[in-house]
Amino acid sequence: MTEYSGVVEVRLDINNEIKKTEIRPSETLLYVLRNRLGLTGAKPGCENGDCGACTVLIDNMPIKSCLMLAVEAVGRKILTVEGLKDAPAQKAFVEKNAFQCGYCTSGFLMVCHSLSINHPKADDKRISEWLQSNICRCTCYEEITAAAKSILSR
Amino acid sequence: MINIDISRKEAWDKVSGKAKYAGDYVFPGMLFAALYLSKYPHALIKSINLDKAYAVEGVISIVTGDKFNALCGSVLKDRPPLAIDRARYYGEPVAIVIADNEMAANAAAALIEAEYEELPIVESPTAAIMPDAFLLHKVEDYEKAVDDVHPQKGANISTKIKIRKGDINKGFKEAAYIEEATFCLPQSDHIAMETRCAVCEIMADGSVNIMTSSQSPFSVRQQLSKIFKIEEGKIRVHVPLVGGGFGGKSAVFQEILAYIASYSVNGRAVKLALMREQDIICAPCRMGLDAKIKFGMDKEGYFKAAEMVYLVDSGAYCDISPKIAQAIAVDGTGPYNIENVYCDSMSVYTNHPYVTAYRGFGHESYTFCIERVVDKLAKKAAMDPFELRLKNCIRYENFTPTQVKLNESNMGNLEACLNMLKSIVDWREDNRVISRNDKIIAKGISAFWKTTNTPSDAVSGAVLTFNSDGGANLTVGVVEYGQASKTHLAQILAEKLSMNPGRINVNIDVRTENAPEHWKTVASLTNYLAGRAVLNAAEDALRQLKALASVALRCPVEDLDIENERVFIKHNPEYFIGFQDLVHGLKYADGNNYGGQIIGRGGFGMSHLTKLAEDSGKGKPGHEWTTGAQEVEIEYDKNNHKYKILKAVTVLDIGKSLNPGIDKGIVKGGMSMALGIGSREKFVYRDCRTENTSLRTYKVYHKEYDAPAFIVEFVETPNKESPYGSRAFSEHGIIGIHAALANALSAAAGCEIDTLPLDGEAIWQLMEADK
Repeated sequence: MTEYSGVVEVRLDINNEIKKTEIRPSETLLYVLRNRLGLTGAKPGCENGDCGACTVLIDNMPIKSCLMLAVEAVGRKILTVEGLKDAPAQKAFVEKNAFQCGYCTSGFLMVCHSLSINHPKADDKRISEWLQSNICRCTCYEEITAAAKSILSR
Repeated sequence: MINIDISRKEAWDKVSGKAKYAGDYVFPGMLFAALYLSKYPHALIKSINLDKAYAVEGVISIVTGDKFNALCGSVLKDRPPLAIDRARYYGEPVAIVIADNEMAANAAAALIEAEYEELPIVESPTAAIMPDAFLLHKVEDYEKAVDDVHPQKGANISTKIKIRKGDINKGFKEAAYIEEATFCLPQSDHIAMETRCAVCEIMADGSVNIMTSSQSPFSVRQQLSKIFKIEEGKIRVHVPLVGGGFGGKSAVFQEILAYIASYSVNGRAVKLALMREQDIICAPCRMGLDAKIKFGMDKEGYFKAAEMVYLVDSGAYCDISPKIAQAIAVDGTGPYNIENVYCDSMSVYTNHPYVTAYRGFGHESYTFCIERVVDKLAKKAAMDPFELRLKNCIRYENFTPTQVKLNESNMGNLEACLNMLKSIVDWREDNRVISRNDKIIAKGISAFWKTTNTPSDAVSGAVLTFNSDGGANLTVGVVEYGQASKTHLAQILAEKLSMNPGRINVNIDVRTENAPEHWKTVASLTNYLAGRAVLNAAEDALRQLKALASVALRCPVEDLDIENERVFIKHNPEYFIGFQDLVHGLKYADGNNYGGQIIGRGGFGMSHLTKLAEDSGKGKPGHEWTTGAQEVEIEYDKNNHKYKILKAVTVLDIGKSLNPGIDKGIVKGGMSMALGIGSREKFVYRDCRTENTSLRTYKVYHKEYDAPAFIVEFVETPNKESPYGSRAFSEHGIIGIHAALANALSAAAGCEIDTLPLDGEAIWQLMEADK
């Protein structure tokens, strides 16, 4: 286990780029993404792991970046919403009107993107289980569910 | 361009992380503010010790209430931005720490020490109006910000609205059935996903730059101007995309604190971003309601009299609550034709967090009470709840409680909504409640109406410019928080100009120094208020385009028409000139230019609205009433009282849907919030201290395993004064769903369920109490 103290320089693999930045070891991944690296797509909604607006992928699995220290992400592959380019989930969210205010959207997109990678044939129960990790206050989740289903090969 | 499905203007920004909200911006040299909040719901603040807080490295300044001795409020000026000597709710801001980093600011705020002397607490609006209740305020000393607010001297009442229509005694004499019920509905919270945030910088000349997550940038400007005596034009408010509002961001709150913070550090840019816990307990929340309802019905089933007392739990300060009490009063019978009405509606102080507007503006609260009473009357008289509603529903030529005559333009067709609902849900006597072993499948319905309750002088405006390629730019003061107003307005403009909505750019961010004033982005009013301004701007531009084209095409103006960015001669369409050759002036081969730049301008304001008469409530509070009918179908388990929601349905008279896919989604969102209110959302207090202060303990509606089917259908009866007939609809999905839920559960459980929220335990408790 690596020990950190004071201000340290870390190398983070984000969206297939290596980012070098100075951080304090107590900083969450969310804080570092937003305040050190300018990647503001991940949003603070609760900073308590309850809402999922800050979800990013770590080695293709969704992680609430407010609950992970940035130093824990060293050596792993981080994908944020800014790293998506023409991903099926993005198109599906637009086509299905799967957002209104858009604040939770980055998080839900990353969940759906990961679901399509890890469980391309997910059934309704698994889709619900994955979508329950996040909160959307504007929609009734129907459109988000429809978007998720549309990118799975069921 | 109307009634078509197109994506939101900002759709791709929102799926790429490029959409920016107030908290995403960084300003050079920006400092950070953190709040210290009252630890008591009601206490004198005897002393505040800042020594330990100042000792934290990075702390630059700490401000307490005594430094800014001003009261604020958009209706009644009763609230100090920071508590002065006395705190009236748990979580009230007492001090602000400004530091050069967030960690230091938060650490220092936690080290502030204050000595309090506790005062008696007022725990409900019913208790607050008792003669011996402890007074939170001396309301008679407060300055009114509007003249139609009626604070009651020597009482915890910030306004009292009286509705007197017909003869209530005569009405009850004609009644064969009388139903009385009392309700006590809890406060809850907006929980917009983006917590409130503002960044303020004061320039060397005293002018102010504020970026904020607000639904009301022009109110921010006006309020700051009044509180801090700054010329309005010197305050520049910038609102980028907002991450959900639901009314909660219509109150001016964090901006005042951010200004105070910046002022204390010589105007440096300071960011105040509320943490979720603070956004829940400190920032304004949703009202609670205590209500007493008495309905009289004759033996044929017609409502003859309605008597209501509504007490809005405004919490510690009134903010917009007097206007919510008024909004409840003007529609407080529910959407029924009742000739004899007696209603007292008050906003009442308690030691709860203070409240502001919330989706439904009180209608989501009182409708629950009325719709429960209607179901009880149906049961008492052994009538079908649907038929009873259909019999009494408000119709054209009827009068509202404030005596506005209704017609097919100023009100939706409720009868049509009810009938459509009946056929969608297959409402029949023999299938309303079906028992299957231990499970009961039951249906419940509700009806609602709502007028807009705008100030009689609310205004909007639009400015239309063109690019050298002929494309158009529309600037409005409307904030985008998910309601798709920018898209709707582009469609309205596109229809008027007969051009592709994709060629119309609408400003997403609002900057008060550039955009024409738009009252507030609230009340589901944008398509009307801003929409009419957009139409006026379009008319203005069309007139100029045609005038200039008539020179170019050498023909009378009346021979010209416009389509697809071309002005053409009607009887000879091959003679035309494109917008690109007109909008920046006519260009001649020799270099001459004629006509300058075409700019369309449109202003619009509410008309014919009046203030309400103080003795009777008579007056016109809104330009239209939206109507709708809703149903919820549940599966109830007799053994543990738990239930599953199978279906939720809304039929709403939208006048004209501009963008059906988006519009239905917005209504469904309201229904989803209502299911939250119905099933889980409320503030839990212990001695007025909010206990569920995080999203782990304050639960909102999540994606369910067995998600209900959400069904939305529209009736379309055009409002003749609104663009393309559209009616207000965005907030209305919320209004009657929890009432329909309680009606279904009451039918299933065989018990009168008059409380919220409803889980298995709540129902069990009601059944135990019933025994």
